[in-house]
Amino acid sequence: MTVSLRALMGATALLALSGAAMAETTITVATVNNGDMIRMQGLMDDFYAKNPDIKVEWVTLEENVLRQNVTTDIATGGGQYDVLTIGTYEVPIWGKQGWLVSLNDLPAEYDVDDLLPAIRGGLTVDGNLMASPFYGESSMVMYRTDLMEAAGLTMPDAPTWADIETAAKAMTNTETGVYGVCLRGKAGWGENMAFLTAMSNSFGARWFDEAWMPQFDQPEWKATLDFYLNLMNNYGPPGASNNGFNENLTLFQQGKCGMWIDATVAASFVTGKDSTVADKVGFALAPDNGLGKRGNWLWAWSLAIPASSQKQDAAKAFINWATNKDYLALVASKEGWANVPPGTRSSLYANEEYAKVPFAKMTLDSINSADPNAPTVKPVPYVGVQFVAIPEFQGLGTTVGEIFSAALAGQKTADEALAEAQTAVTDEMKASGYIQ
Amino acid sequence: MSTHSTRLAARLMVAPSVILLFVWMIVPLAMTLYYSFRFYRLLTPDRTRWTSFDNYTWFLNSPDFWLAIFNTLALVGGVLVITVVLGTLIALLIDQPVKGQGVLRILVIAPFFVMPPVAASIWENLFMHPQNGLFAAFARGFGAQPILFLENYPMLSVIGIVSWEWLPFATLILLTALQSLSSEQLEAAEMDGAGAVSRFRHIILPHLTRAITVVILIQTIFLLGIFGEIFTTTQGGPGSASTTLPYMIFKQAIAAKDIGRAAAGGIIAVILANIVAYFLMRGIGKNLDA
Amino acid sequence: MARASSPRRMILTTLAAWGVALLIFFPVLWMILTSFKTEASAVANPPELLSASWTLENYAEVWARSDYPRFFWNSVVISIGSTLLGLAVAIPAAWAMAFVPGKRTKDLLMWMLSTKMMPAVAVMIPIYLLFQRLGLFDTKTGLILALMLMNLPIITWMLYTYFKEIPGEILEAARMDGAGLRSEILYVLTPMALPGIASTLLLNVILAWNEAFWTITLTTTKAAPLSAFIASFSAPQGLFYAKLSAASTMAIAPILILGWFSQKQLVRGLTFGAVK
Repeated sequence: MTVSLRALMGATALLALSGAAMAETTITVATVNNGDMIRMQGLMDDFYAKNPDIKVEWVTLEENVLRQNVTTDIATGGGQYDVLTIGTYEVPIWGKQGWLVSLNDLPAEYDVDDLLPAIRGGLTVDGNLMASPFYGESSMVMYRTDLMEAAGLTMPDAPTWADIETAAKAMTNTETGVYGVCLRGKAGWGENMAFLTAMSNSFGARWFDEAWMPQFDQPEWKATLDFYLNLMNNYGPPGASNNGFNENLTLFQQGKCGMWIDATVAASFVTGKDSTVADKVGFALAPDNGLGKRGNWLWAWSLAIPASSQKQDAAKAFINWATNKDYLALVASKEGWANVPPGTRSSLYANEEYAKVPFAKMTLDSINSADPNAPTVKPVPYVGVQFVAIPEFQGLGTTVGEIFSAALAGQKTADEALAEAQTAVTDEMKASGYIQ
Repeated sequence: MSTHSTRLAARLMVAPSVILLFVWMIVPLAMTLYYSFRFYRLLTPDRTRWTSFDNYTWFLNSPDFWLAIFNTLALVGGVLVITVVLGTLIALLIDQPVKGQGVLRILVIAPFFVMPPVAASIWENLFMHPQNGLFAAFARGFGAQPILFLENYPMLSVIGIVSWEWLPFATLILLTALQSLSSEQLEAAEMDGAGAVSRFRHIILPHLTRAITVVILIQTIFLLGIFGEIFTTTQGGPGSASTTLPYMIFKQAIAAKDIGRAAAGGIIAVILANIVAYFLMRGIGKNLDA
Repeated sequence: MARASSPRRMILTTLAAWGVALLIFFPVLWMILTSFKTEASAVANPPELLSASWTLENYAEVWARSDYPRFFWNSVVISIGSTLLGLAVAIPAAWAMAFVPGKRTKDLLMWMLSTKMMPAVAVMIPIYLLFQRLGLFDTKTGLILALMLMNLPIITWMLYTYFKEIPGEILEAARMDGAGLRSEILYVLTPMALPGIASTLLLNVILAWNEAFWTITLTTTKAAPLSAFIASFSAPQGLFYAKLSAASTMAIAPILILGWFSQKQLVRGLTFGAVK
């Protein structure tokens, strides 16, 4: 015991010494454990070379744990973090609360006008940029070209939901364990509800009407849920109510899915080294029903500085490094263009090298076809494609997500699920004072 | 026998732990009680206000509430039954003279050293997964459809995982108790012609009463708060099929960021825990002449 | 109650006992095996054992991706620190309860245990806020305190049951020899209670090591132990069975090894007064 105690004291003394000698600023950066973020941590030598007086401490957490820790910290003014990784849902809400520092004064080399307009719009609050996008994503159809060919089908670049059903039916083969389509079923506002809300947009459904009345009792939602359940029950993998992004990615990589409709960033994983089907994947826009909206979402993992941070200058230096054009070039030089964080800058899509990446164009087209300010066929009072940018949505989305997940597991019919969702959301909107 | 001064010294020696525990209990409890009457949502702090019993009403009227209570009790009860019964059987088995007893014991207690998130994710991914799990592979090997553990039997799956984690603990305590049973007594009974079952009922089981009481008491304390295993595997679903009271509170605190409702749920959980503790003490407390 | 038995019976019970033991141990074994397979081999159907392709790559990748030594060191400091602090507070209390019992001693013990029945999630936000205001958030000191208080009832109770087993006459004798309270504890009681204290220590190190709620809620970087290390691995992207297994093995290996080496001590001590 004495040995470890002495070692502990020794270590503390060392830390104190090094702190005094260098007088450097240490910033704490909270990130989600996605591949692009992990990759950044391996490229830090470049940052340290350019900013010798700044040291970066990482907090890398799984998405849900990260969101929980970061939200509690910022809402209680904890000040544990200097840079936060947050998404397009949080930025408008937190920005309005005055919890984030404006990033308008980043240096000119940051080139704010180079950001993709859809993404920049989602991160701007009252004309101020509140977060800098690290990578942007939409959703699209990823499908197995070999299975489509074997079934004698071709996937249009802009399929309808009917095309998806036809293809799912043709590719499903229980003998070989291939399921026609893999979709999210795991409950959560960022899991099944991200998919279903985006999907419902293409069916003409909406969460609320202009007076904030919940719309789950309307035929559009019924059509959405019926179609989803029918598709999944007939052509989806068993146990899908527990499948989120990562579970489906694993299944697709193993060759068990004919199609998968999910985040555009998945494109580099399904064509990457872990994938058994890397050379047999095609891409198409998310499906529609001819109503003028597609079933794709818009999201950007972005870096923001909490107002409670004491080291905002160092934090800005870091954000500038991690999200400007030079960083994209740095990743490309070390890991190749396919691994560059996508979906944030126009200049990347103008780059001829990047245009050779197979999913580049489809990603850009998907992002451009999503409009967070006019997400639905009918008018709505809210912003957000696959979410509703109000603070209550995390709770609402999770509740409805659970109900729909139970319907997928066969515990409820679509009608029961919709009635329950309508009641739950109505109660909550009353309790929150949106409606009487 | 003890003098006045030893009594005083004894009080002084107990005081630090009692005071520390009291503070550790009462401060958060008081804060929780306070929040339970507040409308307090982390994401809209500007709307915080008094809200009388609204949070309690919401919790008690929630469609999931009684299911959550039932699930909580089912989890505690289920794990207790499984670990005590299997624990006794395994303790009886490895108490026999067998080859390699040391290694054997190490294998049996291994699950106790596995932290809950790890245990849950091993079971979820390596065993219960409907496509890649070992169970599914077995099912397919026999030409059967894989069982969808987490979708169709979520609560049973969670009970199974938690039982696996706590089985070593029960086994160990019961084994130590068994080893203190004198073999003369058993041999005498055997000579009197008592069969194995009757020896178990009349000699071994009474001897184990105290150990079983301890297992029930300690495990109940830990099981009432079980949460990580559900979070990792089913997340309370599908729907709310495997939502327990702690998990329901967690959902309010984390998903909805509604501190008021979570606090009301916390107070309800404390009341439930006290009811369970009351019956526990009445039912088995007498076995513990502590 | 070890008893003589026929060789045939011994073979049968040996087989049965080993069968059961391997069954219980199998999930851990399978996890360790999976951690040495390639990702493709880890999800192969049918499952691969002898034909699997083995690799150390998962460990290399996990090691490269995170600062394992720091998580490990935090786990060590927090679990041992909270246990030692807990013993320091609990030993006098348990001693007093065992040898100078009052009318309320049993009630006091039961009350201590009952404080553990409050679900952690119920008081998460209050504790979180308190820790933040007191500057204990994300410090090892804070976690040592929290885990010490969490396990204090168990520690006190375990020690109490051991002390109870020490015959009072020995103390009487010591007192006759003129030993003061201090030397009574130091030279008479402590040596007798040492096995009990040792197993209490072991059990609490294990409980503290495996605690995964407060350790994740109350830390970010500086004090984060191995439970947080696992939380950052629970859903990485793409095929992850082998990497997850490797990270899991790294998280539990230290405590598993400690447990195995000390299992005799642990087994002997884990009675909670259940043995008369």
